[in-house]
Amino acid sequence: MHIVVCAKQIPDPETPPSAFKIDAATNKVIPAAGISPVLSQFDGIAAEAALRLKEAKGGKVTVISLGAESAQAAIKQVLAMGADEGVLLKDAAFDDGDSYTTARTLAEAIKKLGDVDAVFCGRQAADWDMGQVGLLIAEELGWPAAIIAKGVEATDTGLKIQRVLADGFETVEAPLPAVVTVSNEFGEPRYPKLPQIMAAAKKTVTAWGAGDLGLDPGSVGKAGARLQLQKLFIPEKSGRVELIEGDTPQEQASNLIKKLQADKLI
Amino acid sequence: MANNILVVGELEGGAPSPTTLELLGGAQGLAAGGAVSVMLLGAGASGAAAQAAGAAKAFVSDDAAYDTFNGEQWLTAAQSAVEQSGANVVLVAQSVVGREVGPRLASRLNTAVAMDCVSVADAGGTLQFTRPCYGGNALATYTIATSPAIATVRAKSFEPASGGGAGEVVQLAGAGASRVAVLGKEKAEATGLQIQDAKVVVSGGRGLGAPEGFQQIEALASAIGSDKAAVGASRAAVDLGCSPPSQQVGLTGKVVTPDLYIAVAISGASQHMAGCSGSKVIVAVNRDKDANIFSFAKYGIVGDWKAVVPALIEEFKKV
Ligand SMILES: Cc1cc2nc3c(=O)[nH]c(=O)nc-3n(C[C@H](O)[C@H](O)[C@H](O)COP(=O)(O)OP(=O)(O)OC[C@H]3O[C@@H](n4cnc5c(N)ncnc54)[C@H](O)[C@@H]3O)c2cc1C
Ligand SMILES: Nc1ncnc2c1ncn2[C@@H]1O[C@H](COP(=O)(O)O)[C@@H](O)[C@H]1O
Repeated sequence: MHIVVCAKQIPDPETPPSAFKIDAATNKVIPAAGISPVLSQFDGIAAEAALRLKEAKGGKVTVISLGAESAQAAIKQVLAMGADEGVLLKDAAFDDGDSYTTARTLAEAIKKLGDVDAVFCGRQAADWDMGQVGLLIAEELGWPAAIIAKGVEATDTGLKIQRVLADGFETVEAPLPAVVTVSNEFGEPRYPKLPQIMAAAKKTVTAWGAGDLGLDPGSVGKAGARLQLQKLFIPEKSGRVELIEGDTPQEQASNLIKKLQADKLI
Repeated sequence: MANNILVVGELEGGAPSPTTLELLGGAQGLAAGGAVSVMLLGAGASGAAAQAAGAAKAFVSDDAAYDTFNGEQWLTAAQSAVEQSGANVVLVAQSVVGREVGPRLASRLNTAVAMDCVSVADAGGTLQFTRPCYGGNALATYTIATSPAIATVRAKSFEPASGGGAGEVVQLAGAGASRVAVLGKEKAEATGLQIQDAKVVVSGGRGLGAPEGFQQIEALASAIGSDKAAVGASRAAVDLGCSPPSQQVGLTGKVVTPDLYIAVAISGASQHMAGCSGSKVIVAVNRDKDANIFSFAKYGIVGDWKAVVPALIEEFKKV
């Protein structure tokens, strides 16, 4: 089985809120000083799911990332985990795209690979938190999809997927080829060991641009985007906390309850 | 500009779900003279149309095969409802349904969807879709030039619709084929009040240290009243095994909007706040006076939970 993992590099989501800044002129996040970008959490988990399937059934795993040169680091991380090949989709024409252009570009790369049986994505990229690229890839390729998986196993004919619902879980079955998006309930991704990290560092990552994928530069990136970002901003916080006074915890507790009663909350 | 709006509705116990009524309320406000319609699928849909306040027309199928959500089946129905309604705006809940139907419908109709919106507003004839991103650190406002513009909308973002139900009912085809088979469902063991429905949510974080600490959070919730208060947790507390994943509040957990949210030993990471910042009043108990949670809280107690929580339990019992 040949599985593609779509992996995105993002600003570290655990950046302290105080270091999170936006450039209002460009509507972009200003990279926090001294904090390196990371592999989007859920994509590491998607890679784990793909690798476990490969270990159970044989085959290979290819990791694809659309991004800047720095996204090599995200690709290398998944290679160190055990993926076989890496592809970086890099072209100035891809810049400032939206979910649709990202999915369209990734789908063309998957078609170019040719023999892909399954695509594993994260449930959402932990920067924009959109949660749609996996499904859009499925639609571009005309494949079935199952989203927010916490378990994936291969059957004789396809995949059996356990999905997370608001009030429990659901088991679904899809024929191959298919797209699966993976959620944190799946479990932690493996931690690569030093020899694997060193071997991955030596691996060559294939680089494809718009031309390699037969994509008209005017149909991808900002030019092809259907979602127009008008404004990115930090919401105002209530800001003024009232610290409850009292000489003892008892007194504080009783003072808090008086406030809550005055607010008609209890 | 007049907007023809289709709400992709969901049924709950044979009636339009509370979120469906909220979307209809939002649609009423945005229609500006255009028509509001609703799609309802599953057993009892025709009857439920009369309860879909704010909708002039309902596109329904009573086929019970729709009762279990299957993306491909719902997608076909939604596509047909969009075509027949002439909608230039489609609203779906940010639910199991919306997460799948939103993107796929957008793809099939060569348009775009803004996911998990908390506001849809008419700015001089152009709809602006605003949604949290960067783990709740930021908000992004989008416009969509293609038609229909699709949005999935977070619960409690609009006031529910008022007025009568749909006067006209149009039948849609029954559920068709799907390549994905739903084999079965397993309910999470949900005992008592659900955190999404509770008036008060008491949540515990990593600072509680161990499951034993978490018992104090449960005791605090029962002191407030087991009919009113439910127990939530941060992801760190879930990871420590203090609480089942179904109780996790946040970006990848549940979004709760109670009147009162009491956060004990939770630092207030943006991904946690993404699930509770819509609460009416937040109370924080934390020993670190600089914890981020205090910039969201209305009231705060700076102190060790080991002293504060037992005192709170005792005082709440007196209320
Ligand atoms: C993509 C992504 C998605 C995520 N989704 C979620 C999500 O859905 N929900 C979620 O909650 N998190 C989520 N997280 C994790 C989030 O970033 C934080 O790591 C997490 O919320 C921290 O939990 P916490 O506040 O319990 O722990 P900490 O941040 O460790 O905070 C513990 C707090 O307890 C206080 N404390 C310690 N001892 C005491 C004491 N004795 N008395 C009083 N106070 C004390 C400390 O001062 C501290 O403020 C996500 C992260 C990522 C990257
Ligand atoms: N630039 C990208 N490169 C590779 N994969 C991506 C990219 N953007 C999104 N994805 C994949 O699609 C998933 C969902 O992304 P999103 O819809 O943006 O939240 C991610 O978890 C990735 O698996």
